[in-house]
Amino acid sequence: MVTTVTDARAVAETVTDPELPMLTLADLGVLRDVTEEDGRVVVTITPTYSGCPAMDAMRADLIRALRAAGHEQVEVRTVLHPPWSTDWISAAGRRRLAEAGIAPPGAAPRRAEGPIPLALGPTVLTVRCPRCGSADTEETSAFGATACRALRRCRACLEPFEHVKEI
Amino acid sequence: MSFDNVYEALSGDGDARWAFGTGFADPLAGVDTTVPPDVDPADLAAYCLMLGDDALVMSHRLQEWCTNAPDLEEEVALANIGLDLLGQTRMLYARAGHADGTGRGEDAYAYFREPEEFANVRLAETPRGDFGDLIAKLLVFATWRLALLQRLIPSRDPVLAAIAAKGVKEVAYHRDHAAQWAVRLGDGTDESHRRMQAGLDRLWPLVGELFTPHEVEERLARAGVAADPAGLRAEFDAVLDQVLTAATLRRPEAPLEPGGRRGTHTEALAPLLAELQSVARALPEATW
Repeated sequence: MVTTVTDARAVAETVTDPELPMLTLADLGVLRDVTEEDGRVVVTITPTYSGCPAMDAMRADLIRALRAAGHEQVEVRTVLHPPWSTDWISAAGRRRLAEAGIAPPGAAPRRAEGPIPLALGPTVLTVRCPRCGSADTEETSAFGATACRALRRCRACLEPFEHVKEI
Repeated sequence: MSFDNVYEALSGDGDARWAFGTGFADPLAGVDTTVPPDVDPADLAAYCLMLGDDALVMSHRLQEWCTNAPDLEEEVALANIGLDLLGQTRMLYARAGHADGTGRGEDAYAYFREPEEFANVRLAETPRGDFGDLIAKLLVFATWRLALLQRLIPSRDPVLAAIAAKGVKEVAYHRDHAAQWAVRLGDGTDESHRRMQAGLDRLWPLVGELFTPHEVEERLARAGVAADPAGLRAEFDAVLDQVLTAATLRRPEAPLEPGGRRGTHTEALAPLLAELQSVARALPEATW
């Protein structure tokens, strides 16, 4: 039933994130797999953060979209490993974030073996302002309106903006 | 899709609630929750409850800062940290319910246990205090939990390992946040320095419990499932020394009280749970 899976995957890939509606779950890297088992469509998703409150909404949106496309039997499974990383956000997703005024993430931190070092100095991350393009921006808070967003301010155009922080 | 009001939009479908009521979908739905054959399921469940209780109680204390934080950004930060910990709690409780064979869900553990059944470290339950108390507690808690979760990534229980690997990424941000505040307050004005130091001094007697192994932890550490808390001390001390030095704070010298997750709590836990559990107990299984 290759056609069932292909169609179901195409439908699942159109479902958007409830908190970042400019992104599909596929763009975000949350949609991990779409398969077919015993006549059922099995969709696998992974949470961004442990406390992501949108997981229930994502499950419901996926089931609704697939049922509307004629896939009656749908199961949504969660997978925790490997843990979600902002590196999984697609190029198209990054473009759409920037178009919506949210700076996309840079590369996620690479963790070596052993204790995670604590950096007390100012972070040297370069994040471009999504409005004017200046690299002269500063973090105002590592925590924003959703778990995945930090707050920044542009020193060139003085506008505040959000940034999907690297994990 | 259109709705008359936001509550209808959130609850109208009946299958996609965000933050109301009880009876949420199992956060481990679809995860293979088979316990490895040579891992003791009762010990694993008890251990997941310890780590889940730490996170739930700490999360509740952080939530108490909502509408009380010194500025909006800080309020959002504390709420986010609390939400991360609540998410870790939900997965750990779900793991416990799958492992102990009772099939209990997260609500049963969070809302329908008595204070003496909670196995959290007492440090998590200390009263809200002032902002110096908060930052001292968050610094100690996040430094300790990060060291702990990182040692659980190679755990022989794959579910616990996966929960820990997610948690490490989150708690690293929590520790950064607390450490930066500790430096700003400690190396700030005389008043901010005094209150940051006082917060550390008040908390310090409870730090000893973080490194006191319970026999469940000892057994599971030998089995490659858990981390021996005694082994976290060196990393904890190194990070604390780094922060205290930069913050011009001194390490308190108060004697450490023995402890060890035996259900003996300070007088602060019962009122905390009474509030946390009040709605679920008044209206069991309510959803709205």
